Amino acid sequence: MFQSLQDGLQSAFKSLRGKGKLSDANMRDGLKLVEQSLIEADVNFAVIQDFMARVSEKALGRRILLSLTPSEELVGIIRDELIELLGPVDSSLHLRGDLTVLMLCGLQGSGKTTTCGKLSRLLIQNKQKPFLVAADLQRPAAIDQLHVLGEQIGVPVYSDKDITDPVKVCQDAVKRAQTEQANVVILDTAGRLAIDEELMAELARIDKRVKPDQVYLVTDGMTGQDAVNSAKAFNDALELDGVIMTKLDGDARGGALLSVKHVTGVPVKFIGTGEHLDALEPFRPEGMASRILGMGDILGLVDIARTVVDEREQQQLEEKLQAGEFTLDDFKEQLEKLARPGLMGNMLKMIPGMPKMEEDMDTDGEVQRLRAIIDSMTLDERRNPKVIDPSRRQRIARGAGVQSNQVNELVKQFDMMAPIMKSMAGKGIKGRMDAIRELQQSGMLDPGGRAPRTKQGTGKRINTKNRNKMRKMREKELRKKRRQNKMR
Amino acid sequence: MGFFNRIKAGLKKTSSVLNTDIRDLFKTEGRLVDDQFLDELFATLVKTDIGGKAGTEIRDRIQNTFRGRVIHMTEALDAVKQHLKELLAQPEESIRYATSGPTVVMVVGVNGSGKTTSIAKLAHMFRTQGKSVVLGAGDTFRAAAVQQLTIWAERLGVEIVTGEPGADPASVAHRAVSTALSEGKDVCILDTAGRLQTQVNLMKELEKIHRVIGKQIESSPHEVLLVLDATAGQNGISQARGFSEAANCTGLVLAKLDGTAKGGVVVPIRQEFDLPVKFIGVGETPEDLVLFNADEFSEALFDEQTV
Repeated sequence: MFQSLQDGLQSAFKSLRGKGKLSDANMRDGLKLVEQSLIEADVNFAVIQDFMARVSEKALGRRILLSLTPSEELVGIIRDELIELLGPVDSSLHLRGDLTVLMLCGLQGSGKTTTCGKLSRLLIQNKQKPFLVAADLQRPAAIDQLHVLGEQIGVPVYSDKDITDPVKVCQDAVKRAQTEQANVVILDTAGRLAIDEELMAELARIDKRVKPDQVYLVTDGMTGQDAVNSAKAFNDALELDGVIMTKLDGDARGGALLSVKHVTGVPVKFIGTGEHLDALEPFRPEGMASRILGMGDILGLVDIARTVVDEREQQQLEEKLQAGEFTLDDFKEQLEKLARPGLMGNMLKMIPGMPKMEEDMDTDGEVQRLRAIIDSMTLDERRNPKVIDPSRRQRIARGAGVQSNQVNELVKQFDMMAPIMKSMAGKGIKGRMDAIRELQQSGMLDPGGRAPRTKQGTGKRINTKNRNKMRKMREKELRKKRRQNKMR
Repeated sequence: MGFFNRIKAGLKKTSSVLNTDIRDLFKTEGRLVDDQFLDELFATLVKTDIGGKAGTEIRDRIQNTFRGRVIHMTEALDAVKQHLKELLAQPEESIRYATSGPTVVMVVGVNGSGKTTSIAKLAHMFRTQGKSVVLGAGDTFRAAAVQQLTIWAERLGVEIVTGEPGADPASVAHRAVSTALSEGKDVCILDTAGRLQTQVNLMKELEKIHRVIGKQIESSPHEVLLVLDATAGQNGISQARGFSEAANCTGLVLAKLDGTAKGGVVVPIRQEFDLPVKFIGVGETPEDLVLFNADEFSEALFDEQTV
């Protein structure tokens, strides 16, 4: 039952020793894998190469945790780098005291108009007064679309079908917004191709005349290699302040975001995750990095290794052990850390030479039971299990839905475990490993007796010459005995 | 140059001689097809959105043909183009028309891929061929989508069947097909709301529309066109898979090809699903719909690329 805790500690000790370092040679396969994955995620190829070059330089010489392969360790490091690259998080719209003007721009069909609606809804929720401006005079019914959205969320929409110059529409709209006492104006501009110089010039003109406080580029999450070209064109024509990526509710990996971030360097503000107007989320680099990188199975392993070897937590545990303060509560905490479904099996597989649990063993169920028992104890009982008398034991068993002898078993084993763990704390790695081996041999740690006994030497070594001598002596003795038998 | 470097450089020359095909040994121009050459080729391929898998395949193909030869990058690219031309080639029939009665064309795709504009272009094309057209405004979900198509119908002078916002798109499709039947129209084009291929319920809705009109006219819809945004990357493969499963796509319309995007993702789509590109969209006016031409497309994939 204490197997989990034991393994947690063992693996931690192991990691302290380290298993190797990342080198040019052992990173090669991993780099190739990651490159392929990023291509499938639609990260621009030039961006990939630039990124990989930097990452491999950084990763060189890093220690490999537990029994991760170099490739796995590398994937973990790359995710960290991606998170850093996609950050920092800044979902603020940087509203000014009086009137803030936001401008949305992007390619056709990237989702500008829908995003305008979503932003307005968000602003209303934050007690602001948004004001939508239909500056898309190109697409048929774009103005109608914005009016319908405005009605749905209760936001005034400004449009003027008689004016053909979007610059003028925007200027008029800002004036109107002031009289209507709105405080955030959102300009919905027409979609345009990055190479359409005329329309890009028009956009720059709006930027110059209306002077929006924030300019956001709206990018389709499904965009491919071309993302760098359009982002560059928009970033050159206007000074972008942020990026909003849309249509991320599907199965697109969204690698274009990395390309856009690489080119523009501006923060990613929001992501669109659905067609409904509440489907706008503040950007979180962690989730996005994993999504772009893919390789969920490897990242799972990396996470497990890191859970087990959180060095700070390990330090705290160490101190408690040393002070003899390791209580059932601490034990439960350790369990919970390890009790994620499937984690136990995975973790054990990662630790070479450790007693393996049989695949069919109900590890997770076992952990659940242990937790339930501890949860059913009072704080006092957890701190000092000695106070548990038969009636308390009955109560705990009822509360946890187990037999009372199972409560007894837990307490007994904890009693045995605690002093040993205390003695282990503060010892060097070798001391700990010895202590653990001793425990295994005494069978204390493993009531089921699953642990394989390590073969022990007799302390004596016999060389061939001595062995022959001994055999001769044995034979001599035997002959002597036979002779004596005959004589009788 | 240091002593060791000089030896190294000398050895490099030797090794490049040893690695060079005898046919090219005395060529003064061109480059040895080595890993660096192939990596550059791969980069060029990936930049067209062709994807890692198809890119690797083509890279290997070139490696097998040219390894150790001294050639210009353009020669390698010509071989790639030739390969793609064969792969993407197709008979130039645009639309499979019904043998009698109205031809039903259903248009599907993800949000913002350019469905409505493509429908306007298709309607215009049919009109210029002297065919009568009725449109079914089946996007009853997105705000003002019906208005958008109605404006196009007015501009093009074609009839349109609409439904209330939020109405069942299958009922709109049904009425549009009925109108085509009763009024003896040649072509009925059905618009559908944009949807992501991962939205199970919405994909079921497509199946329903397909079923409903299949009951009205046997073997209809005659064409189900998936509109693919040329700027889309590898997700296009997933789109082709999802929409083909739900709506039995018969071909692609590659929209927004007038930008800088190359639309190379149609290569793996063709490889995996045998889904041909029928039309390409090259602008915002109704005339800007062109029959897909494998030769021109393959050439265009690699133009402006610095070799």
